[in-house]
Amino acid sequence: MPAQTPDSARYGLGALRQTSWLNLGIVVAAVAGTAGAFAYAGGWIAPQRLSQGRIIDRFEQVNGQHPGFRRNHAKGLCFAGWFDGNGEGERLSKAAVFRAERTPVFGRFALAGGQPYQADMAATVRSMAVNFALADGEIWRTGMNNIPVFPVRDAAGFYDQLAASKPDPATGKPDPARMSAFLAAHTEAGRALALIKAQAPTAGFADASYNSLNAFRFVAASGASTPVRWSMVADEPPQAPQPASAGNADPNRLFDALETRVERGPVRWHLLVTVGQPGDPTADATVPWPANRERLDVGILTVKSVQDEAEGDCRDVNFDPLLLPDGIQPSDDPLLSVRSAAYSESFTRRAGEPKSPSAIQLSANAGGARP
Amino acid sequence: MTSTTLFPAVSRLLHWLMAVMILAMLFIGVGMVTSPDWYHWLLSVHRPLGAAILVLAALRLLNRQLNPPPPLPRDMPSPMKAMAHLSHVALYALMFAVPLAGWGALSAGGYPIVLYGAIHLPPILPQGAALYTALHMAHEILALLLFATFLAHLGAALAHALVFRDGVFESMASLKAAASRQAEPGAR
Ligand code: HEM
Ligand code: HEM
Repeated sequence: MPAQTPDSARYGLGALRQTSWLNLGIVVAAVAGTAGAFAYAGGWIAPQRLSQGRIIDRFEQVNGQHPGFRRNHAKGLCFAGWFDGNGEGERLSKAAVFRAERTPVFGRFALAGGQPYQADMAATVRSMAVNFALADGEIWRTGMNNIPVFPVRDAAGFYDQLAASKPDPATGKPDPARMSAFLAAHTEAGRALALIKAQAPTAGFADASYNSLNAFRFVAASGASTPVRWSMVADEPPQAPQPASAGNADPNRLFDALETRVERGPVRWHLLVTVGQPGDPTADATVPWPANRERLDVGILTVKSVQDEAEGDCRDVNFDPLLLPDGIQPSDDPLLSVRSAAYSESFTRRAGEPKSPSAIQLSANAGGARP
Repeated sequence: MTSTTLFPAVSRLLHWLMAVMILAMLFIGVGMVTSPDWYHWLLSVHRPLGAAILVLAALRLLNRQLNPPPPLPRDMPSPMKAMAHLSHVALYALMFAVPLAGWGALSAGGYPIVLYGAIHLPPILPQGAALYTALHMAHEILALLLFATFLAHLGAALAHALVFRDGVFESMASLKAAASRQAEPGAR
């Protein structure tokens, strides 16, 4: 035990002189070590780590700066409507949305890609995002695409794909050498892109079906947990797309067609839940499940009206795929957490930026007042 | 060894419990925004743990009124005492401000604030995109300030234990069940 220091001296320089190097070392090492561990955890000494910030930086490098817009699926239109559950889903999930009752929804139709003013093209991936306001106060958000599988299975794949598909300024097309290097490094992407290409796109937003792609788990009141994927399947029979050259140069033709369609009356989709079997891959969104899996129809989504982003409810919302109600859980798919992180970063950046008008401007609220 | 009066046992319990929780939260916070694969899992822990810290901070402030801390050693120079006092005020303020900014950010961002399963926190602010981004930034800056204040606190605590050897460290670090009320010479 150290000798008692005289009171007057124990806070002065004398105290330091009387302290062993060991004791001083402990103080310094504890503080420096904690600071160092914190810097490591926060990625400051490993800046090459694929953080959500770096993923969103890459979107901005590839697409340019478009303040106020989503860093992906930048061009879009809001919708409002409702979902009528039919009670069938209660077998698999205790979430209130699956009861035989009506749930108010709003959502967003969009084109994939970080260019808010890109011209509509049938081949561009189309998306539907939905916010369900459940009767018990919970929220469910989901974003779905009109392709059968996702091209990549993890964050690194996504990051590399973004860079590889950046158009070469000279040709306006992705550099084939970089594309083949990407496909060689991520063999799952080649198989997935072949499946995506094999599914012809439909004419527009209203006759397209949208898929969750990622797997989730439904948890029933009994506690039973089932792997699932889901799809919003159009009630409208799918039409072949109009060739782009057919005298229709309107850069917003897909969105305009949707507006016209909604003005004629509500558009409907069935929410079909694909029930996974043991062995179906849940951690790989590039691989489809066998075609004979049960598809449970759990209710009907009605899109009653559409609004442009400044008017509607969808712009200042993050359709984070992991905002799930009790009764739906994430699967072990690694893309889910990465999406959640990247969407948060995109939302945090764009929410604080000044807004420019969306490419889609509606003259009036198509489909009448919001329900 | 000199010793001051110990902190009351409840205060020591709250102190060490919250020390572990807050330090863990700071690491979880900076880790989750740089590790997308762990983001969801860490954020699912971050919200309820942060809410628990807010509740404990309120209990702790109340406890501080009921069970005041022992005085600092009488001979501690007054600038040093002022520093100690200031850092403690900062720690208390940040224990409230950091979780409130996080809760407020999620409220303004229109997020459901899930603690566990169907258990949610209510929003404490109206929805507003610019407000969300501002509070998100405030949460980050205040959390980093909390970490900086914590480092100063850690350094000071260890200096009390190993350099000044004035019993201040022991007054919080003692495992004795009851606070001894008799001060030894030099403690006051
Ligand atoms: C790691 C892979 C992925 C990354 C990094 C990523 C990134 C993003 C980002 C940054 C946004 C904009 C978010 C916002 O600001 O609100 C977005 C939107 C969207 N993403 Fe992804 N995404 C990924 C995978 C997927 C997958 C697998 C799907 C499957 C369906 C998907 C569907 C959507 C949809 C539908 C939207 C539009 C939501 C809206 O309209 O607001 N994404 N994505
Ligand atoms: C003492 C309590 C807390 C501490 C020490 C803490 C600390 C942190 C830290 C260090 C970060 C990372 C900041 C960055 O670098 O961007 C963070 C982010 C965050 N925290 Fe907290 N936090 C606390 C409480 C809370 C609470 C109560 C909530 C919500 C209920 C919350 C919600 C969030 C959110 C939403 C993020 C940002 C996630 C993102 O950007 O994607 N925090 N927190």
